[in-house]
Amino acid sequence: MECRVRSDYNIRLMIRISDVEKHFGDVTALDKVTLSVQRGELFGLIGPDGAGKTTLLRIIASLMIPDAGSTLVAGHDVVKDFAKIRQMVGYMPGRFSLYQDLSVLENITFFASIFKTTLEENYDLIRDIYVQIEPFKHRQAGKLSGGMKQKLALCCALVHRPELLILDEPTTGVDAVSRIEFWDILNRLKAMGITIIVSTPYMDEASLCERIALIQGGHLLSIDTPAAVAASFPHSLFSVKTDNFFLLLTHLREWSATFSAYSFGEYVHFTPTSETITERDIMSFLVEKGHSETHVTKTQPTIEDSFMYLMMKKQNQYAG
Amino acid sequence: MKAFIKKEIYHIFRDYRSMLILFGMPVVQVLIFGFAITNEIKDAKVTILDQSGDVLSNRFVSKLTASGYFKADRALDHPSQIEPAFREGRVKQVIVIPSGFGADLGLHKQVTIQILGDASDPNTANMLKNYTMAVLNAFQMQEMGMQALPVDVRVEPIMYYNPELKGVYMFVPGTMAIILMLVSAMMTSISIAREKELGTMEVLLVSPLRPWQIIVGKVIPYVALSFVNALLILSLGWFVFGVPIIGHKGFLMLEVLLFIIMSLSLGIFISTVSPTQQVAMLLSMFALMLPTILLSGFIFPIENMPVFLQWISNLMPSKWFIIIVRDVMLKGSGIAYLWKETLIIFGMTIFFIGLSIANFKLRLE
Amino acid sequence: MQANQTKIIIVENLVKKFGSFIANDNLTFDVAKGEIFGFLGANGAGKTTAMKILCGLSHPSSGRVTVAGYDIYSQTEKIKRSIGYMSQKFSLYEDLTVYENFRFYGGIYGLSRSMILDQTQRLLSRLGMSDYKDRVIKTLPLGWKQKLAFSVAIIHKPAIVFLDEPTGGVDPVTRRQFWDLIYENAHEGLTVFITTHYMDEAEYCNRLSIMVDGRIKALDTPSALKERFSCNSMQEVFIRLARN
Repeated sequence: MECRVRSDYNIRLMIRISDVEKHFGDVTALDKVTLSVQRGELFGLIGPDGAGKTTLLRIIASLMIPDAGSTLVAGHDVVKDFAKIRQMVGYMPGRFSLYQDLSVLENITFFASIFKTTLEENYDLIRDIYVQIEPFKHRQAGKLSGGMKQKLALCCALVHRPELLILDEPTTGVDAVSRIEFWDILNRLKAMGITIIVSTPYMDEASLCERIALIQGGHLLSIDTPAAVAASFPHSLFSVKTDNFFLLLTHLREWSATFSAYSFGEYVHFTPTSETITERDIMSFLVEKGHSETHVTKTQPTIEDSFMYLMMKKQNQYAG
Repeated sequence: MKAFIKKEIYHIFRDYRSMLILFGMPVVQVLIFGFAITNEIKDAKVTILDQSGDVLSNRFVSKLTASGYFKADRALDHPSQIEPAFREGRVKQVIVIPSGFGADLGLHKQVTIQILGDASDPNTANMLKNYTMAVLNAFQMQEMGMQALPVDVRVEPIMYYNPELKGVYMFVPGTMAIILMLVSAMMTSISIAREKELGTMEVLLVSPLRPWQIIVGKVIPYVALSFVNALLILSLGWFVFGVPIIGHKGFLMLEVLLFIIMSLSLGIFISTVSPTQQVAMLLSMFALMLPTILLSGFIFPIENMPVFLQWISNLMPSKWFIIIVRDVMLKGSGIAYLWKETLIIFGMTIFFIGLSIANFKLRLE
Repeated sequence: MQANQTKIIIVENLVKKFGSFIANDNLTFDVAKGEIFGFLGANGAGKTTAMKILCGLSHPSSGRVTVAGYDIYSQTEKIKRSIGYMSQKFSLYEDLTVYENFRFYGGIYGLSRSMILDQTQRLLSRLGMSDYKDRVIKTLPLGWKQKLAFSVAIIHKPAIVFLDEPTGGVDPVTRRQFWDLIYENAHEGLTVFITTHYMDEAEYCNRLSIMVDGRIKALDTPSALKERFSCNSMQEVFIRLARN
């Protein structure tokens, strides 16, 4: 029985986390987290700093022991069978953690050799990334630009052809262009059959994953496909714009019919307390308040809308 | 493993500060200690008040002046001149030969040679006294053959330390203990702590590398470097200051190696308890360097310490190492005499290795 | 619209070289009083270098720069008194209380005791945190710390505040609350000079400059920029400019 279940995991599931808890002193980093990741999946862990992303990824990488619950990676327990997991996992921590005083090539060679492999052996896997940093292969890692460092770190995490790639905030502090390139690379790796679990604080990156988990304050708020998470937003949503953004926000927040009003770029995403409120009602309220150039349209919720909704809901739950 | 060592060597050679500590320090320390000590003696003026003026006393004086240890001359004619000479700071030591020196010596009578030292600089005074006594002993041997004469030398000043003549050469074992401790313990503890700080330790832990592989890989380059350092110090001592190595050189090297391994295990232990380079640095400084300098007997002789500190000094590995190196180099002792000290260092090595293994974490906190 | 307002930052032909490397290549722009000015650019485009010059921490190789009416070469001390600065890494002391932090930073700028007390009360009540005056910083949530760091940066009532990626890693709700704070203060006449990696935040700025390889590639209001490059979002504008 035990055996059958295990092999079942091996076939379908790469990560199986059930009721995992982790406390640091009296701070709860993870509270009863349950989550599974399929083989070959590109899974995103979305949440702000301090939400518990890093702790969860470290537990999966067998770097930390959870206080309660079980975690299996490819059927191996992260506490007992950590040696097996360490053979098959590529891990890229949040901080840039390569040897700054070694050159690009020396870093790659070193990480290849500790897994008893070589750059040549798995060249097909990292070729796309490697060619981008190859022109700088004799430069010291510390002297690379942010985007290049990121690519080098990924090369080093991939050089032993891991089955599971664990990336902790690979795009934090990286500019928008480099971020897009990085996600292109992840999608190509996924196509080669590598399971990827990646964390990010940027909500806009969530839509690039197959499935995502929203995490905040150690709780998982939602686990689903990005589209389904966005669609789970339970209210109607309007995007509103007028000539004075600051006053628009102030007035909407004072309005009794407002459930929430958040800025989204040049628009305000407005949710009314009642579904009966229409564009026209909003428009007339704003005109009454003296706004001009008023635009109100019904809009599709984004993942960020859902995140904020779920986050506030959870907070209100706790508050009372 | 080979890759690990190679990587470590890159780290060391690319950081000019660590290179400076590794190779600059030993040279500078040996030279400073060496010159400071020998120059103090060589430049010190020793004046002789020869109240006898006979053949034998003449021969003794010329032996003193020819010894090359210090500048000796016969400048005083009367005991009343002694004090002014000291007070002017012209001389550091006055040797008083009593009248009837040759005659009394010939009659096998007891002769009293008075050595007056300037105890305001007890270190120099003491060394000068030791040199003078050495010359006196040699003179005795030469004049009287093997037959020891009851030449009673009374020394007026109160001396504080370094009762042995060979104390002058103490700077070589002492510097070696400090340098090996510094290079081995401090550098390894810092370099392991650096990996923790940079986050590379996380990546290494997640790799299939075993903890002992990480540690051995880290340590081997430092074993080699420390050994090169020890050789450097010994040859500096030999070529620049003429410090002899009387004992078996191979045996000395083995003892040096043992001490290096001891220091490395201490360094690894420090790194397991320090989360950052700074902590590692401070711990090494205060837990290793200061006690090594202050309590090992290198600078302050152990027998002059309060009993409590004498007790603590027994816990200093460098104390035992200094004894070993000194005895091998200067007395020519072998394992038969030094097995106890060797065993103590060996025991400390095992202790710290055990402690490091128990403390090394496979995971993050 | 900007023409009849006071220009509080004036930069003309600013060049900064490090050896043969040109970090800032002939920058010319100005910032009006009370404006929220977004300063965008890819990693290594020269944003930090320019920001350091404006804060009086480094001298340009050539060019004319005045900040709050003071010359960047000769009056850096006066500039430092009239600006506030907050970066992603908090400048608050974790083991001190909220008030102790305010008192320390107020003291640095030579505020009197009563003035520090006044300012602390005013800024904390604005954050709705008056009850937390004696709480130790490290016991507070990240988002609160960020808002407090901003308040500390403006305790001496500077004319301009420089914010270097102030909202990195903050949850979406707190991020918006932070922007509310920025808006409120800008409304009262504070000039805000801000860098960010969040492109939706770029839209909240009155005007934006986008730097690529040491030069300002574009400078305008967000809507004008989107129109000019016929893009739907600032993200697209940024990528288009940074890519070529």
